[in-house]
Amino acid sequence: MNTLAALVIIAVAVLLIIGIKLLSSPKTARIGNLVAAAGMLVGLAALHKPDGAYVWSQGWNLNYTLIAAGLLVGLVLGALGAYSVKMTAMPQMVALFNGLGGSAAALVGGLEFLRSSGAAADPGLFVLLAMLFATLIGSLSFSGSIIAYLKLQGKFEKPHTFCGQNILNGLMLALILGLCGWLALDPSGTGAPVLLMVLALLALCFGVAMVLPIGGADMPVVISLLNSFTGLAVAADGFVIDNLAMIVAGTLVGSSGTLLTLLMCKAMNRPVANVLFGAFGSGGSAAAAGLAGLDGKTVKPVQVDEAALLLSYAQQVVIVPGYGMAVAQAQHQVQELSEELGRRGVGVRFAIHPVAGRMPGHMNVLLAEANVPYDQLSEMEAINPAMERVDVCLVIGANDVVNPAAREEKSSPIYGMPIIDADRAKTVIVMKRSMAAGFAGIENHLFYKDNTRMLFGDAKASLTALIAQIKQG
Amino acid sequence: MDTNLLFIFILAIIIGFEVISKVPSMLHTPLMSGTNAIHGIILFGGILVLADAATPLVQGLGFVAVVFGSANVFGGFMVTDRMLQMFRKKKQP
Repeated sequence: MNTLAALVIIAVAVLLIIGIKLLSSPKTARIGNLVAAAGMLVGLAALHKPDGAYVWSQGWNLNYTLIAAGLLVGLVLGALGAYSVKMTAMPQMVALFNGLGGSAAALVGGLEFLRSSGAAADPGLFVLLAMLFATLIGSLSFSGSIIAYLKLQGKFEKPHTFCGQNILNGLMLALILGLCGWLALDPSGTGAPVLLMVLALLALCFGVAMVLPIGGADMPVVISLLNSFTGLAVAADGFVIDNLAMIVAGTLVGSSGTLLTLLMCKAMNRPVANVLFGAFGSGGSAAAAGLAGLDGKTVKPVQVDEAALLLSYAQQVVIVPGYGMAVAQAQHQVQELSEELGRRGVGVRFAIHPVAGRMPGHMNVLLAEANVPYDQLSEMEAINPAMERVDVCLVIGANDVVNPAAREEKSSPIYGMPIIDADRAKTVIVMKRSMAAGFAGIENHLFYKDNTRMLFGDAKASLTALIAQIKQG
Repeated sequence: MDTNLLFIFILAIIIGFEVISKVPSMLHTPLMSGTNAIHGIILFGGILVLADAATPLVQGLGFVAVVFGSANVFGGFMVTDRMLQMFRKKKQP
């Protein structure tokens, strides 16, 4: 590799670092993403083989046709996914892309292992371990991401645990480590390719076993963790094929992803171990015991006309939108309701929880699209102290973020998560499709409070009926 | 083993921690998505493997790696940009 190529690699690394740095501030985030993308393109254009040959000047053969075709297919698939996905399904898309990256890392690590196992030259223990690490972690990240994707799509959201799961996981882990050790010591044995496939298969199973017990609400944290795993697998591949850009980029993602995972847990006020292993051990049964007390209580349903009355004679109304509003595409009806109430002299504000929806900032975007004035939106910290003076708190499709269990119930899985104190308003109207549990899969104590009324039905239909009723009255 | 590479590895870990130590919670998802696109650099690895592929098995699996890596990079950056585009909208009252 000549000096110029080395300088280009340094430029790529710098662009990626600056890109991530800019991404972490709201004003510069979009530029940061573009800077990182530019770095990637420069790196791609300047790609060199480990022996120093320039990749794009090697004469065209079948392999290059395959490379060009693969690039194109990936580009089209990626673009289709990125631009067709609905705003509500963004986290799934990220999980899917992460899974793709993970499996690519596993393939590269595995193929390099097979190649070196057939070659005469000994790659050395360090590189062998890096290959095995990439295969292992890449596979795990792939299957884990797919499970996370399915959970976010609404398939088996609830934590899945079964008897002996810990033992099975321990056995798998022991087998995986044993296989790694065996392959590292005897990489060119006759059974090596088969053993490598067994290792990859076990890693795939382990990824499934790792994510399955975690509830759907915690998937963003899981995806962030798997994201950093993929980064580390990529860095390991970078060591294997001696590519500096891959080492730097993969490591950056690995370490920043780890920190991001911790920050996300901190925002929910939960230790990371609680998120990852919360479904195991005694925590689950204690929560179940605590919730049994709710069985004696019943919820109080309310009809549209009564809800309309409550709203139009209130002085202060706070609307708490959540994922349900996004799913029902009801943001325009919400805006219409708030305008109608405003015309009648009712003070309307919106309370936005930092993790409302399934993406931080989700609600702000949707309400901005429906032309809700920015100054009507209040953050959780700003609205909570004023909640006791609020006449009606209208909860639209939000669940876990208004669950007082986070404040009251020590054994609850969401205990300690900051919530909007909807229950402190004089009257709470909860618009909800059914009594199904929220994304976290736990009962909401708010629904059983004395001052809570449940307005069942699709959010959009209920809101339309409410608006019509208020206009009449 | 090249100790220079290890040195770079350690430095990259520290930088990774340092650059995002003060990120607000509203940017967690886009940042995750952005770094997700960056590990799509595995595409380079896929290309290098496929460029020297000698058997149909390596060609086939290498091709899959290139497709997946390419989708990871391009899709990742595009989806992040789409997210951030909407974040900007929020600033306009």
